[in-house]
Amino acid sequence: MSFTPNIQAFCCHYTSQQSLAEGPEGLKADGMPENITINRLVCGGKLQETTLLQAFEDGADAVFFVGCPIDQCHNKKGSERAAKRVLAVKNALQELGLGAERAEMFHSERGFHIEFVEAAQLMNKRITALGPAFEGGAK
Amino acid sequence: MIIAERKPMSEILDMVKDAKKILVLACRGCVSVCSAGGEREADILASLIRIGLKKEGKKAKVSTGSLVRQCDKEYIDAIDQFKGTYDAIVSTACGVGVNFIANLRPKDTVYPGLNTSFMGGSAEQGIWAEQCGGCGDCVLHLTGGLCPVVRCAKSLMNGPCGGSVDGRCEIHNDVECIWQSIHDRMNRIGQADGLDRIAPIRDWSSATHGGPRKTVRDDLTVS
Repeated sequence: MSFTPNIQAFCCHYTSQQSLAEGPEGLKADGMPENITINRLVCGGKLQETTLLQAFEDGADAVFFVGCPIDQCHNKKGSERAAKRVLAVKNALQELGLGAERAEMFHSERGFHIEFVEAAQLMNKRITALGPAFEGGAK
Repeated sequence: MIIAERKPMSEILDMVKDAKKILVLACRGCVSVCSAGGEREADILASLIRIGLKKEGKKAKVSTGSLVRQCDKEYIDAIDQFKGTYDAIVSTACGVGVNFIANLRPKDTVYPGLNTSFMGGSAEQGIWAEQCGGCGDCVLHLTGGLCPVVRCAKSLMNGPCGGSVDGRCEIHNDVECIWQSIHDRMNRIGQADGLDRIAPIRDWSSATHGGPRKTVRDDLTVS
């Protein structure tokens, strides 16, 4: 059975600004997998654990967050806070037997950098190999 | 404040395995301050329960609510607002809250979402440390305000023991020898003479060794 994972990407306004300026077609041309949905937040500091968990409730097979490098956060601590919350979700997913690898934190500098797309490609490859988060999730 | 931590999800999911309507009930008292059982944590726990049930292929309605505190009858009465929305409550209060719901709601099923850990304070952001054992016979006036009952691994009343090395406890290098700290502090505040007094054998009946404790204040009780 072929499986195309539902992956929800969350990113901070600053990290993603230039990447999103490329537009869906531009990002696709850069190699962004089409099954990745990008959700933009004003800052990593606004990321809540419940936001990531809700994605799983809504059918996501994985989530990841792309934020500024820890020492380059526009709002000082936002990226650090996001990393902590992603870690909490990773631990919870492990507890639930879903696997910590279904959540990940990435740091990327502002402006368009290929790392933004590479993070998505890495997650897509990882989760495609891992399979659906929930039984009956394969399409 | 009372410090607590969420129970392992495997335990919680096992508790609610037969429930069809689950109310995760937050407490806005101590456990919200230590980020274990306030509204935010109840939302997280509810989501984790839903995801856990989904993984097990089960279905249940999981909702959240909160009370000002779960350690007063008046606030427990407010559970009435959730009537019909649950057949099991997972309380994210401390053990007192769970007991109060069990005491006052005889027909309700209530489970603990947290492990109640200790009475303590915030050592730094995200770190809490035990400071008081609630022993019922406080000796802090004799020990410079530092508690030997709960901060000494052996609850010694005449410390330090022979295991204290460089101000650290023999049980672990991360643990300060509170008796070293008591001696240092009593010297610093000019009360070192007080340490010459040998503390008598302690009567622990005021602690939990004497059974469940109760405080009655005649000046406050009303009929």
